[in-house]
Amino acid sequence: MSAWRDVGRDLRRAPVLNMLTVTTIAFSLFAFGLFGLVAVNIRAALLKVEERVEIRAFATEGTDVAPIAAAARQVQGYPEVMSATVVTEQQALARARQELGEFSDVFEEGFLPASIDVRLKEGHRDPASVKAVATRMHGFDFVDDVRFGEEWITQLYRLRNIAFVAGVALGLSFAGVAVIIIGATIRMAIMARAREISIMRLVGATDGYIKRPFLLEGMLKGLLGGMLAIAMTYFAMKSIEHYLHFETVFFERRFVILGVLAGALLGVVGSSLSVGRHLRQAI
Amino acid sequence: MIRLTHVTKTYARSGTALSDVTLRVGKGEFVFLTGPSGAGKSTILKLSYLEEMPTSGEVKVSGVSSATASRNDVAKLRRKLGIVFQDFRLLENRTAEQNVSFALEVIGTPKANIPNKVARALTQVGLASKANALPRELSGGEQQRVAIARALVNDPFLLIADEPTGNLDERATRGIFQLLREINAAGTAVVMATHNLELVRSSDFRTVELDHGKIVFDSAAEGAAS
Ligand SMILES: Nc1ncnc2c1ncn2[C@@H]1O[C@H](COP(=O)(O)OP(=O)(O)OP(=O)(O)O)[C@@H](O)[C@H]1O
Ligand SMILES: [Mg+2]
Repeated sequence: MSAWRDVGRDLRRAPVLNMLTVTTIAFSLFAFGLFGLVAVNIRAALLKVEERVEIRAFATEGTDVAPIAAAARQVQGYPEVMSATVVTEQQALARARQELGEFSDVFEEGFLPASIDVRLKEGHRDPASVKAVATRMHGFDFVDDVRFGEEWITQLYRLRNIAFVAGVALGLSFAGVAVIIIGATIRMAIMARAREISIMRLVGATDGYIKRPFLLEGMLKGLLGGMLAIAMTYFAMKSIEHYLHFETVFFERRFVILGVLAGALLGVVGSSLSVGRHLRQAI
Repeated sequence: MIRLTHVTKTYARSGTALSDVTLRVGKGEFVFLTGPSGAGKSTILKLSYLEEMPTSGEVKVSGVSSATASRNDVAKLRRKLGIVFQDFRLLENRTAEQNVSFALEVIGTPKANIPNKVARALTQVGLASKANALPRELSGGEQQRVAIARALVNDPFLLIADEPTGNLDERATRGIFQLLREINAAGTAVVMATHNLELVRSSDFRTVELDHGKIVFDSAAEGAAS
């Protein structure tokens, strides 16, 4: 009710300052958003790469197909494993010829070992799981060598972890800055209404009632800032796509909504701290 | 109704404002608080509406104790008190009527009930004809009447007045005092801090005199000469 009228009056009182506040919130969240976008895109890339993560256990030359097939069935039973396929010596040769096309002559008299090709289930493609499965496959007598691109899997995961940690750290510091800025602007609004607030308290208005317009104001600025940030992030992504010819993924809808709500939350927290401190100064 | 029991109040910066004060104010009473500047009059009043909390001892007002009251309890208590000051404390950009209705709006009084209550309060203080005037368009005495109307609009059982005539000339002072007597006669207790000894002598209300944070005279006490 009258809370909205108070908000309107506060916003009109200092339009430039209020615009500045919204913009600052927007930039804080924008930085967060850009970082999130990097993380989302690394994640998308990782998912694609992960799908190809494969463990290949090579058999010693001349091993019969039967024990290899038996081993493959056993491997198929591991909880992490999605599929375990036997590739015989002939199949390996055929595949190599097909992949190499015109150089297929090279394999005319050649030899390629038979192998068990293993794909892991989603969620079990991290370095530790891959290594665990590879180690177990080493256990089969006929297995000569197990390959699984250990190096680059670890690298990719490290990259993702760095992105995650940096994102959280940066996001939190920006959130802190946003809270402080909102708190400061709300403080100015409180000062402008200090007399009114003291009279409210005198005649018995509750803290909740006194706080309400300030929380609303903080929430409104946060919402606006959040929406602005989403728009800025979106256009940033579009220009990257356009100028760098880089295919990117944007946040899912629920994360967009979450981002705007995060803005609102920042607004509410900032103003709540500010007005709470003011009210506590007098009993 | 107001009960200060062995109350000591120490301010962090200026030391002891009240020391071991015990005071009772009954229903419907009219009490003057007198004493030199800095004696502790305002402090007693602030303790009475729980704006300040005692350093030791207990303040109990209408069943609300300083020892246990939450901020919400204090807010609820103040809805049943009227408080006025020397400097009126009106909102400059609101009319007399709006200043009075403000006190009802902010405690969630249903909108439909507000105009009647406001009109009644303004009539009671003799300002019905100036309902639409802004504070700056009113004399000091009239502004204080608006403040009193705001204090009365919730039918308080107690009116707390801290030097309500401190900024007024003699004529306006008489008028405001007359108004406070009427309010008291209608059943509301009044506690009024004042420097105006003439006013105190002109009536035979109870007088409590403070000096250096102690009660040095109470006309209601046994053996007090009247
Ligand atoms: N908020 C405060 N912080 C620190 N000291 C205070 C505060 N309020 C009052 N005091 C001190 O407490 C003592 C009593 O002050 P109080 O205002 O109760 O006196 P008073 O009797 O109302 O005086 P006056 O007649 O001048 O209004 C004074 O020494 C004053 O300086
Ligand atoms: Mg005083």
